[in-house]
Amino acid sequence: MVDLVGKDAVLSDYAQKLAAPRGRSLTDDALRRLFANPAALGSLIVLLAVIAVAVIGPFFLHWTYDKIDWGAIKKPPDFAKQHYFGTDQNGRDMLARTLQGTQVSLLVGFVATAVSVVIGVVYGAIAGYFGGRIDAAMMRFVDVMYALPYILFVIILMVVFGRNFVLLFVGIGAIEWLTMARIVRGQTLSLKEREFVEAARAGGARPLTIIMRHIVPNLTGPVVIYATLTVPEIIITESFLSYLGLGVQEPLTSLGTLISDGAPVAEVMPWLLVAPAAILIAILLCLTFLGDGLRDALDPRDH
Amino acid sequence: MLSYTLRRVVSALPVIFIAVAVSFFIMRLAPGGPFDRGRTLPPEVMKNVLAHYNLDLPIYQQFWLYLVGLVHGDLGPSMAFYDFTVTQLLLLGLPFTLTLGFMAFLLAIAVGVSSGIFAALHHNRLPDVVLVLVVMLGVIVPNFLMGALLQLIFGVWLKWLPAGGWSSSNPLSLVMPVVVLAWPQAARISRLMRGSMIEVLGTNYIRTARSKGIGERLVVVRHALKPALLPVVSYLGPGLAYLLTGSLVVEQIFGLPGIGKYFITAALDRDYGLVLGTTIVYMAVILLLNLVVDVVYAWLDPKVRYR
Repeated sequence: MVDLVGKDAVLSDYAQKLAAPRGRSLTDDALRRLFANPAALGSLIVLLAVIAVAVIGPFFLHWTYDKIDWGAIKKPPDFAKQHYFGTDQNGRDMLARTLQGTQVSLLVGFVATAVSVVIGVVYGAIAGYFGGRIDAAMMRFVDVMYALPYILFVIILMVVFGRNFVLLFVGIGAIEWLTMARIVRGQTLSLKEREFVEAARAGGARPLTIIMRHIVPNLTGPVVIYATLTVPEIIITESFLSYLGLGVQEPLTSLGTLISDGAPVAEVMPWLLVAPAAILIAILLCLTFLGDGLRDALDPRDH
Repeated sequence: MLSYTLRRVVSALPVIFIAVAVSFFIMRLAPGGPFDRGRTLPPEVMKNVLAHYNLDLPIYQQFWLYLVGLVHGDLGPSMAFYDFTVTQLLLLGLPFTLTLGFMAFLLAIAVGVSSGIFAALHHNRLPDVVLVLVVMLGVIVPNFLMGALLQLIFGVWLKWLPAGGWSSSNPLSLVMPVVVLAWPQAARISRLMRGSMIEVLGTNYIRTARSKGIGERLVVVRHALKPALLPVVSYLGPGLAYLLTGSLVVEQIFGLPGIGKYFITAALDRDYGLVLGTTIVYMAVILLLNLVVDVVYAWLDPKVRYR
């Protein structure tokens, strides 16, 4: 029927005026709080900029990270020759090498964190969900592992199996999962008493399904926070291994390798140390601020 | 108390066993050996060398022999430093690493706890902000970079301290390594101490103590300190592990003759005996100190009993 008086239009106009603001989800709230925090927002922007430059930058450079310029060995920054950060002892462009090293450090940081998150979440959720003896045994194992000088094993592994990229990810990831497992277990202990888990159980879901479908998604907050804080630790570990000469292989490089090469000659060739050191510190600083900001944003009770 | 200690020691033994087994088999099953570098040996010489170190036996027999030696306190010969046994090398390096570690540990606790309390008492005012920044620096700058920077500033430019190396006549050469080693730990301790102190100072019983007219100093020292120390003490266990592994780097940067340096050289040379020996010593030290930490924890927190 034709609406003669346009009642519907008026009503829907009115409804729009009255419309309550769209409901805000927890994520919206958290993001709002995160963006209201200048340190965290600034860190996020700087971090994204560093990632973008490290990934895209090399395509715009005249030199590649492994190209040797025989005419410019150990030269300070020289804009005419397009060595903006100078060259190293082998005549390779430092800007290109720094960008490549940043890529490797970030890659290791993120992938190894992902490995540690997977191990930690699964382990912690299983321990927390099953509880009792299983929990006691699994957590006792974590306690014991805490006391071990894990890095020794990673060094042995790296020495024995060569400087293998995958091993670098898995090896470092495997040392950082302990705290994650503890945090996840604690959360799981309280989550498993909630009604939705009971409902799932009543519906006949098997324990592993409950853990993966119902518990793990609810762990996102603390896991994201802790993962953000794990990335800088892993980057430090990687650069430590590189410092010992156990990181990625030449001509590939990482920030740690660059720093360990630059440090002994920093007095005469400071440009070899300054750029990688500054970028490493900037990345670590940003990740730390971002992690703190995320914690404040996702978990406002504590702070 | 004694039985608790004993039980802890006994429960640590399987851990050491597993770690030894893991390192042993990783080292042995991988390609390459301690005598593959440098000059190629004639086959019959190589055979004799391998026989001398029992490397020609099946691997489980080697492992058994190693364990038997271990129980007798014999860590076997070093395969890269031909004339030394592993025990001799460790006895050379261990005192050094322990001195370095303990000095750094004490410094970290002293600086961390006092700066944490100081920051808590000036919560959100200038001294607090400054301290938080210094702490941030300690947590973020990796120790090898910190070491290199300090070497450059105090060793090369200002020439106040020796840039590296070690001579027993010059204790100043330990200053920079100890500071580099202690800083991140001091920073973490300070952070924990600040947080827990702020929390404790907000509790009711502290308000009661203040309302009785006790001076602020006494309130902090007598009433707030002990409970506020709890998170710090529980951090000390993992903290020690960080500290000892940190000494690997510090010994490397400053060229100090501790077992960390042996470990890295030995790992690179596939010196099986020395790698295993250093690993065992590191673990024994860490597990022992963890035990001490647990006992201290039980003393601080009456809720924890030696079960």
